[in-house]
Amino acid sequence: MGRKKYYIIEIIGVILALLWLSPFYLMIVNSLKSKKEIFTDVLKLPKAFNLDNYIEAFNQLEFIKTFLNSLLITVISVAIIIIFSSMAAYALSRNKGKMSGVLFFIFVAAMLIPFQSVMIPLVTIFGKFQMLNRIGLIFMYLGFGSSLSIFLYHGTLNGIPKTLDEAAKMDGCNKFQTFWYIIFPMLKPITVTVGILNTIWIWNDYLLPSLVINQEGMQTIPLRMFFFFGEYTKQWHLALAGLTIAIIPVIIGYFFAQREIIKGISDGAVK
Amino acid sequence: MRTRDLSYWLFLAPVLIALTLVVIVPLLFGVYYSFTDWNGITSGNFVGFDNYIKMLHDDEFGKSLWFTVKFSVASIILINVIGLSLALVVTSKIKTSKFLRTIFFMPNLIGGLILGFIWQFIFIKVFASVGDVIGVEALKGWLSTTQTGFWGLVILMSWQMSGYIMVIYIAYLEGLPQELLEAADIDGANAFQRFRYIIFPLVAPAFTVSMFLTLSNSFKLYDQNLSLTGGGPFKSTQMVAMEIFQTAFGENQMAYAQAKAVIFFVIVAIISLTQVYFSKKREVEM
Repeated sequence: MGRKKYYIIEIIGVILALLWLSPFYLMIVNSLKSKKEIFTDVLKLPKAFNLDNYIEAFNQLEFIKTFLNSLLITVISVAIIIIFSSMAAYALSRNKGKMSGVLFFIFVAAMLIPFQSVMIPLVTIFGKFQMLNRIGLIFMYLGFGSSLSIFLYHGTLNGIPKTLDEAAKMDGCNKFQTFWYIIFPMLKPITVTVGILNTIWIWNDYLLPSLVINQEGMQTIPLRMFFFFGEYTKQWHLALAGLTIAIIPVIIGYFFAQREIIKGISDGAVK
Repeated sequence: MRTRDLSYWLFLAPVLIALTLVVIVPLLFGVYYSFTDWNGITSGNFVGFDNYIKMLHDDEFGKSLWFTVKFSVASIILINVIGLSLALVVTSKIKTSKFLRTIFFMPNLIGGLILGFIWQFIFIKVFASVGDVIGVEALKGWLSTTQTGFWGLVILMSWQMSGYIMVIYIAYLEGLPQELLEAADIDGANAFQRFRYIIFPLVAPAFTVSMFLTLSNSFKLYDQNLSLTGGGPFKSTQMVAMEIFQTAFGENQMAYAQAKAVIFFVIVAIISLTQVYFSKKREVEM
């Protein structure tokens, strides 16, 4: 195989990458234009570098507040999913009885249920108990997120020998201490995967928060973006600046953790 | 840990309670609601299979179901073809491999709602502009017809998900035994033969995984549908997930929407299980 062949593949790859990036490019370039300029010249570069659209979109989105809302809900939900799913998976993997088998099956089977099938009663029931708020939302994320997380933890835990638990017990650890001091630290790679998968899902989730916490001031980024976009459909310059602002934190996160993210996704999908 | 131990149950309690209250109880209530005429406010009367019978004559539901099926088929084919192609490009010995992976995967990190809005701009404004410049009428008015709305959704979904599927194929491609590929080279196999007889059979398990993911993702698509076409024009690009939402919260027909949701669940479950069953069987034969 000649070197020439690799050059051709390399060129094809780069062209594809440019194609892949073009939606982002078009979004950013046009977000710098005025309303009139977008109307007349979508394809050209902006006449002047002007951040006015960004300042206005930033204010209209109440971006700092919205960003903190998203951050709060995502961080707490993911932390709770990690803690409780790993504990549950530990119990299920250290007891191979009938009961564990049934419970594990229920957890895995729950992954097949589309959200729309439980959405209506879920909102009704939680509404009756005044739980359509952030605490309710975080609790729901635990319920929906636990299935895949337990599944992933369970696979890893099966590979950790029980003799470790026994040794810890000899040293006087109780079950909780054994888990937290000995086992949980060994689960770090899979914890990263579980954390990444759940973070991407919860950070970007629109439908569930739209049903549960739709009050002004509590909205997450996707929620706020939805209303913002509705108001500015005819004002693409502001809408595009808003979209760019919403994406920036994700791209920054991706820049710092891309190795872990891609590895996490691949581990999560292949297992 | 024995099931008699208190600690066993303490370890399981938080997720068991959450799963029960968030998934199991609503699912059971949902099945019950689907047999009533409940409207979300007053408690409903039991009406037997009325909602299900009504569904059989519901054109809108039928249309959305058919649209979803067509969309899923087109997406699955395109995403897997593109995803595998991207994986083959980035696993060949090129210098930009890491950089390319990063780029192709990027859309998956951004929420479907936001991606839909970005593409709405591209289809409506950019396509029209390009159409003007090169004089192709067909590029104007994208998303304003059922056909262009359909392809708009397929393009968006393929652009977003191919990178994800690529990552899965990469995981399998990197595990390919190099000796086998070298042996094929020595025996004089060309690139196509190498792919057809060695690479393709060995990445078949990746196909099972990616097929499962693309199928369930496209079948349950909601955010992208909402933000790209909003179901328009005239509800003709409305997929099942959105149709259920509209029936429930747009028209306040809770019990009827729930009956649709139950059928949706049954369809998703049957498709997923059959697909996994057949893919697994095929893998063994290969």
